[in-house]
Amino acid sequence: MTSFLQQLFNGLVSGSFYALLALGLAVIFGMLRVVNFAHGALYMLGAFGAVVLGDDAGLGFWWALLLVPAALAVAGMAMERLLVQRLTALDPLYNFLLTFGIALVCQDLLRMKYGSHSRPYDRAPFGGTVDLGLFDYPRYQVFVLAVSVVVCVAVWLLLTRTRIGTVVRASTERPELTRAFGIDTRRWVTPVFGFGVALAGLAGVLAAPMRAVNSDMGADLIITVFAVVVIGGLGSVFGSVVAGFAIGMIQALGNLYVPVLSQTSVYLLMAVVLLVRPAGLFGKEEHA
Amino acid sequence: MLDIEGMSARYGEATALDGASLTVGAGEVVTLVGRNGAGKTTLLRCVMGLHRPAAGRVALEGRDITAAPAHRRARLGLGYVPDDRGIYAGLSVEENLTLPPVAAGSAWPLARVYETFPVLAARRRFPGGRLSGGEQQMLALARVLRAGARVLLCDEPTEGLAPVTVRQIGDILRGAKEHGVAVLLVEQNLRFATTVADRHYLLAQGRVVEALDNRDVKQREDELLAHLGL
Repeated sequence: MTSFLQQLFNGLVSGSFYALLALGLAVIFGMLRVVNFAHGALYMLGAFGAVVLGDDAGLGFWWALLLVPAALAVAGMAMERLLVQRLTALDPLYNFLLTFGIALVCQDLLRMKYGSHSRPYDRAPFGGTVDLGLFDYPRYQVFVLAVSVVVCVAVWLLLTRTRIGTVVRASTERPELTRAFGIDTRRWVTPVFGFGVALAGLAGVLAAPMRAVNSDMGADLIITVFAVVVIGGLGSVFGSVVAGFAIGMIQALGNLYVPVLSQTSVYLLMAVVLLVRPAGLFGKEEHA
Repeated sequence: MLDIEGMSARYGEATALDGASLTVGAGEVVTLVGRNGAGKTTLLRCVMGLHRPAAGRVALEGRDITAAPAHRRARLGLGYVPDDRGIYAGLSVEENLTLPPVAAGSAWPLARVYETFPVLAARRRFPGGRLSGGEQQMLALARVLRAGARVLLCDEPTEGLAPVTVRQIGDILRGAKEHGVAVLLVEQNLRFATTVADRHYLLAQGRVVEALDNRDVKQREDELLAHLGL
């Protein structure tokens, strides 16, 4: 029982990363209809950002948590303005290729500069463990889970309780119609893209103290995150977050009980969901 | 109020509009009749700025808006009620209502909207997707009136609705007209059209082939219905 609960908790912690990344992908896809294949690389840049800020500037974790997502948001907005925007009128395949290319360029640049071995990050706050009743758990990982939950809830409130959120949801559901109601949807596209990228950066910084920081860390993770997004429903914010945590737990329990299936379970689940509900668990069928 | 001149539009190779011209005055309700594929919906979409016309000119209160993007046109007072009613399923009734920024001084305060449409007041927290067809149509009309639209572009607002709802929609359109709102109405229901409209344009193959008044429509109802294929 204890190992079950402990494994469930491990699942929630890896789910925290899935949820943050899937959330960013979902808001970007909703607003731009662009599947951002660079998302994993941006997560990797977030983790590297924390390492580099620490090693070269001597800035600690909290600075990284603040500065890295902000810097990546700016970089993301520039990327949207200068590159992604030029292709949105064309077939979605062009942006698929563009963002995939950006991911490869980022990975190779980092590999050229820092090599392919993992970089240690030892500026994590919250050392030691915390007593969760049935078992002790690393304090930092509890913090990661808390940050992820708070950020997801905050984004949810932003989307459902504010004017900006209403506009974003309206543009997500019916982009063309929303323009006919006097809203310049293009004005919102760049900040939303930057925001989604900042979430990837935040996840990266959070990952630095507990994951191997190397140029491939994003590529490995993002494949699972795409499965999460498909299961939750492409563009569904709620679905991505729920699926993110759920899949973290399913993977962890798979590790415990059916180790052979721990890596494939996500894709099996994705296949089943696609058969039963092609738009994902919380997705809506696209309007014709 | 609204002047459309020589509007032509294509979808790929297919010609949807072929030099259609018409005008709608303030406080006037004008219907567009024509069989399916005559170009009625395309005309509204071109006026709203959702489809780029191949040729032609649109002016709102004498001001040329042919090059203006859709969101600018909305802010200048065009209110669009699309053929699928354009209700956001994921937004609440109130969010649907308040989504368009207020365009002009003639905008309805929310209290007045709810007074006029008690059904919407009762369902203000409901997601738009859970309203009935009639309720959605009320919401679509209420939404553009709240935004202060001075020209309504309504695409078959009565289609598929119960007679009692159709009557309510007639009341709403006549009410808007009394306040000087211009209405361009795509309508297949000729009986309904003659109860709200002042004039009618018959559209065929993307062209305005005839301008009719209510007496013409009543006298030639059978002939027109045969033309429309109804």
